[in-house]
Amino acid sequence: MGILVNKNTNVLVQGITGREGSFHALKCIEYGTNIIAGVTPFKGKTLFNNSVPVYNTIAEAKKEHRIDATMIFVPAGFAASSIIEAIEAEIPLIVCITEGIPVIDMLNVKAALNCSKSTMIGPNCPGIITADECKIGIMPGFIHKKGRVGVLSRSGTLTYEAVNQLTKAGLGETTCIGIGGDPIIGSHFITFLKMFEDDPETKAIVMIGEIGGTAEEEASEFIKKNMKKPVIGFIAGKTAPAGKRMGHAGAIISGGVGTASEKLKAMEKNGVFIADNPSVIAETVKKASNL
Amino acid sequence: MDIHEYQAKEILNNHNIKTLRSILCRNPEDAYKAYQTLSSPVVAVKAQVHAGGRGKAGGVKIAKSADETKSIAGKMIGMTLVTAQTGKEGKIVRKVLIEEGAQIIKEYYLSLTIDRKTSSIAFVLSAEGGMEIEEVSKRTPEKILTVLINPSHGLKSFHALKMFLFFGIEKTLYGDFSDLISLLYDSFIKEDMSMLEINPLILTSTNTFIPLDAKIILDDNASMRHPYFNDFIDEDEEEPLEVKAKSVGLNYIKLDGNVGCMVNGAGLAMATMDTIKEFGATPANFLDVGGTADSKRVETAFNILLADKNVKGIFINIFGGIVKCDMVAEGVIAAAKNIGLKLPVVVRLEGTNAGTAAKLIEGSEMNFIVGKSLADGAKKISDIVNG
Repeated sequence: MGILVNKNTNVLVQGITGREGSFHALKCIEYGTNIIAGVTPFKGKTLFNNSVPVYNTIAEAKKEHRIDATMIFVPAGFAASSIIEAIEAEIPLIVCITEGIPVIDMLNVKAALNCSKSTMIGPNCPGIITADECKIGIMPGFIHKKGRVGVLSRSGTLTYEAVNQLTKAGLGETTCIGIGGDPIIGSHFITFLKMFEDDPETKAIVMIGEIGGTAEEEASEFIKKNMKKPVIGFIAGKTAPAGKRMGHAGAIISGGVGTASEKLKAMEKNGVFIADNPSVIAETVKKASNL
Repeated sequence: MDIHEYQAKEILNNHNIKTLRSILCRNPEDAYKAYQTLSSPVVAVKAQVHAGGRGKAGGVKIAKSADETKSIAGKMIGMTLVTAQTGKEGKIVRKVLIEEGAQIIKEYYLSLTIDRKTSSIAFVLSAEGGMEIEEVSKRTPEKILTVLINPSHGLKSFHALKMFLFFGIEKTLYGDFSDLISLLYDSFIKEDMSMLEINPLILTSTNTFIPLDAKIILDDNASMRHPYFNDFIDEDEEEPLEVKAKSVGLNYIKLDGNVGCMVNGAGLAMATMDTIKEFGATPANFLDVGGTADSKRVETAFNILLADKNVKGIFINIFGGIVKCDMVAEGVIAAAKNIGLKLPVVVRLEGTNAGTAAKLIEGSEMNFIVGKSLADGAKKISDIVNG
C-alpha cells in the first residue's frame, strides 16, 4: 500500500538518455521499479539498457504502454515544456527532479496543473518512494524499509536522515515524498497529508519543512481540522539570516515572511509534535504515536 | 540576484517605461560634469548599493549646484552606508547616480512579486509612497491593496482599474496609468523578475507617472535566456568569500559564528547549523558541498572555510546515499593532509559503509573526532570551540 505508487506502477522516464536520467533510471530499475519506457527527442526507436524502449515524445510512448507515472530529468531550460507535455498526455503522476527551473515557467506549469488530471511532485526534489515496492527518484533506496510512517519533506538529504532513523528504530516507512525546494512547486504538503490520512497502512506522518513561504502554516491548519493521525514536524533554518537564499531557491525569508519561528508556532498551536533537532525525529514519532 | 537602481531603470527604459534622466558616476569630478550635462537646477545624488532604506541612512541627497553635487558625491563615494537592510557592517558606496529633479505632486508605493501561496503574480499597492511596505502592512494593513494576476489569464484592464480606483487618481490620467501597469507587468514576465518594487512611484506636476526609485530582483535560474544577467553582477556588493565559493561551484553563505560547517544538501546544512546553535556554539557559515564530496571538492571547501578567520573548528556532516561514506572519508583525510589542516574537525558520516568510514577517520592521525549522529557531532564540536 502506501500512497500514489506501488509495485504495479508503470513509470516513464523523460530525459532517460541524459547523464543524470540514465544513472538514476538504472538505480530505479535495480530497486525494482517498472521503468517501462523512456522519452528523449530524436532518440526514438532505440533501447535504453538493452531493454527499455525509447520514444521521441510521450504521445508515441503512450500508444504502446500504460503509463502511470513519469520521472523528469530534462534540463532546467526545457523542463517546463516536458512537464506540460506530461500534463497534456494525462499522466496521473508527474515527478520532476530537475533543479533550476525559472519561476515564471513554474507559474505556467501550475496554471496548467490546476485544470488537469495529474498530480505533480517537485521540481527540485528527490522524488517519491514506497518502501520495497517502487522508487521514482534519486534517493538511496537501501535506507528505506516497509513500515508504518509516511514522510513528507522539502529537502533531500535531510529526508534521508529522517528515513534512516525511522528504519533503524524499527518503525519503517510507507511512502516518502520530497515535495521540492523551489518557491513554486507542483503540490504542497496538504495534497499528500490527505492521502496519508486515508491510507490504512500509514500510522503517523513526518513533515519536514524549512524557511520560506507559508506552506507549513497552511498545512498545520489543515492538520488541526482534518487529521486524526499524529503528525511529527521539523523545521530547518532557525539560524538562517533573513533575505538570503539558503541553497534551495525557495528557502528564503523575505519581507519578514517565512521564518522558522512563525512556522514552529503555527505547527505547535495546531497540534503537530515538534522534533527539536533532526536526531530526535524517530524518537518523537514513537512518543507521539505509541508505535 | 540583486541589481543596482541604475540597472533596474535601464531594464525599465528598455520596456518603454520612462524614468528621470540620470548619469552614473564613479568619482566626484564625473558628478560635477553630470550636474552640468543634466542642466537641471536640482539633482539627487543617490548611492548605488544593493540595499533599500538608503534615504534614511544618508544615501540620497539633494544638490543645487555643480559644486554641491561634487562635494556630496565626494563624501558619499567611499563611505560605508548602514541602512535597515545592510546589517550593521553596512555597504561601501562605490558609485552614485546623479538624477534630475522633478516636481512631485503625489507619491505611491507599487510592487510586483511572486505570490507563492496562490502561484500568481501579485501587485502590491499603497498610497503611502516612500514608506517601507513592511511597516505600512504592520501598522495600517487596510492601506494596502493586493491584486493577484492569474498567469494563465494575464493582466486585464479591470486589474489596472482596481488599482487606479484604489489610488483615487483623477479620471483623465487613467490611460497613462493603465499603460504603465501593463508595461510593468510585461517587463516582469519577460525579464524573469522575482521582484519589482517602485517606491515611490511619483505623479509629477506635468501629470506624468514616473518610477523615482526602482528595485529589481532577477531570477538567477533564468540567466540562461538573459545573457545580460551576467553583466549585471556586481561582485563588490557581495561577500568576497561567497563570490570565491561561487566561482568554484560551492553554495556558501557567510555567517558570524565560529564553527565552520560542511554538509551535503541544503536542508541538512540548515538543520546542522541549527543543531550547533542548540548545543551552545554558533555556525560560521552555510555550505552545501553537493552530491559529489570527493577529495578535490572537500579541499576547495576546506579552503573557503579556513579563509574565515573566526572559524575555530569544523563540523563535517555528510549523508552518503549514492556516494559511499568510506570514499568521502578518504577524500576528507586526503584533503586535510594536503592543506596541513590543524583545526579540530568533527566528522559525521552516515549512510553506505558508515562503519568503515568512522574507522578510517579515527585511524587517520589527523585532529579528527567521529560524530556518531548529527546531534552527537554538533555537541562535540560545540564543546570543543567553547573550550
